[in-house]
Amino acid sequence: MAEPVAAGTIAEAGKAEAPAVKAAPAKPAAKPAAKSSPTRRIFIISTLFGSWFATAWTTFTASMIAMLLGTVRFLFPNVLSEPPSVVKAGSVSDYEEGKVDDKYKEFGFWVIRAKDERNRDIIYALSTVCTHLGCNPNWLEADKKFKCPCHGSGFRISGVNFEGPAPRPLERLAIRKTDDGFVLVDKSRKFQKEIGQWDDPDSYILV
Amino acid sequence: MEYESHHLSAAMQTGLGVYFFLVALMNAAFAHYCYRQRQDPVQSAIWLGVALLFAVHGVAFITHMDLVMPEAIKELVNDVMNPVSYFVIAVLGLVAFLVWRRFFTDPIVAWTILQVGLLFSGWSMTDYTFQQIITKPDNVPIVMLIFSVGFFTWLPMRQAIINDDRLARGEPPLEKLEEDKVLVWPDLVYTELICMVICTFALIVWAITLKAPLEQPASSSRIPNPSKAPWYFLGLQEMLVYFDPWMAGVVLPTFIIIGLIAIPYIDFNVKGNGYYTFVERKFAVSTFLFGFVVLWVVLIVLGTFLRGPNWNFFGPFEPWDPHKSVPLNNVNLSDYFWLYLLGDAIEGKGWLAREAPGIILILVYLLGLPPLLAKTIMRSYFIRMGFIRFFILVTLIQFMALLPIKMVLRWTINLKYIVFIPEYFFNI
Ligand code: FES
Repeated sequence: MAEPVAAGTIAEAGKAEAPAVKAAPAKPAAKPAAKSSPTRRIFIISTLFGSWFATAWTTFTASMIAMLLGTVRFLFPNVLSEPPSVVKAGSVSDYEEGKVDDKYKEFGFWVIRAKDERNRDIIYALSTVCTHLGCNPNWLEADKKFKCPCHGSGFRISGVNFEGPAPRPLERLAIRKTDDGFVLVDKSRKFQKEIGQWDDPDSYILV
Repeated sequence: MEYESHHLSAAMQTGLGVYFFLVALMNAAFAHYCYRQRQDPVQSAIWLGVALLFAVHGVAFITHMDLVMPEAIKELVNDVMNPVSYFVIAVLGLVAFLVWRRFFTDPIVAWTILQVGLLFSGWSMTDYTFQQIITKPDNVPIVMLIFSVGFFTWLPMRQAIINDDRLARGEPPLEKLEEDKVLVWPDLVYTELICMVICTFALIVWAITLKAPLEQPASSSRIPNPSKAPWYFLGLQEMLVYFDPWMAGVVLPTFIIIGLIAIPYIDFNVKGNGYYTFVERKFAVSTFLFGFVVLWVVLIVLGTFLRGPNWNFFGPFEPWDPHKSVPLNNVNLSDYFWLYLLGDAIEGKGWLAREAPGIILILVYLLGLPPLLAKTIMRSYFIRMGFIRFFILVTLIQFMALLPIKMVLRWTINLKYIVFIPEYFFNI
């Protein structure tokens, strides 16, 4: 334990001296640094590889770190084969009032045309991820509701939750109408009702 | 409800015939036991009669007489069963078992219950829906679970009662009589080896005869309905019906694990070490049975057999209709408080003001109840355990009690969340 303290003090001394020494000739300035470096290097080397036991632990730790880094590397794949986040979902005239279109469910959303709270006729894209634990609810036409197969949460056509454990409404996705009348859904942007985002004009198309 | 009747297949009838013959054989053996061991010719005659009854069943099924369970009984069972009655029956059953434990652990009574169960199961198998659910390879372990948990609850309780009687008479418990010890090698190791071989064998046979229930490749557009967790997590899934995922998926399971780890440290009762007893460990045994049998096993059985499409509840003989619709409408405590009680608008209130009633309620529950209990009914516990251990014990029990409390609130007043802060993903 004496050694590191000594090495530390010398290093500190070297540091403190450094600015004063700057203007002076190089030789005396280099002296304390040159003196501290080998001590410290020897100390480190002897700690890490001084005995077979230390060498074994050092190698083990190093290989574990390398393995960990290798694993972390997997989080950043070279190629991301994710489908594009913007999906073209037919033309605006395809959608009927009060109907839920199941066609894009495997893309992760329903396209719905219905009346909103202010009685406007709008088209919106509802995310298919249940806000409880992430299962995919089913649209039950007869009951006019989305019903989750996992714990039975129910959502109205607007996406607002009304039964079961889901704590908040389904999320809406960014949607817009192209100049030639097509519907574009952007899955990368989400709109949550409970923080008032459904008023955002990007979250619906006015028909 | 009208549904198509499925004809009972020939193989099924033969199988049931064999089943009833086996049960008849069991009863004959029991009659023999009554006669030889218990010296009780009356009981022996009764069970011989029961064996005969089952044998008649066996003949009737094996000759394919197309017997099915009467519709009236099925409808009655379906009507009586719902999540509320199911859970209440389970709780009352446990209470009855603990209170009248002397009655229930009598071998004759236990045997009677088992035979009634077997008779009912046999007849139930004539119902198409029931048969479909029971014989699903996934569900076979749960059928075994029902019987094994029942048996292994009954057996220690019986030992406990025998010991309690001995202790009351001032004799040592049965386990203390067998003083001689056995050796690890060869006695224990051999037993383990044999168990290992038998288990491996059973698993191989099982794997060959009951195929793994593989399904089509996963796709987000074709989701199994109902979507069920592995059977051992169905209790958790049932819990998720009543709680936010954060509570039911993280907080409560963590408390279960911590609680189990903490048991040796909060258990101050030095009695009941190394022998079965109920009287000396009433609190521990009852709490454990409630937590394990009712809040875990009973919920697994509920999740396996009685939860169908859309996680709706279905009676045991009710076809799983994916279009069954049960009207539900859940209301948060804050809605109840502000809208219904005070007739006040809820919009425009900050979450803290809005949820204040619920937060206060939870704080009173978690912080107010322990001192109250320490002063009143759990006074002796508090004195013997000291502040910290007592507080930990009560907190653990309170968290366990949250589930039944929440269930009752959901059933009675449709309560959804006591504290509801979607802004911060925090709901209780
Ligand atoms: S995930 Fe949908 S209800 Fe739980």
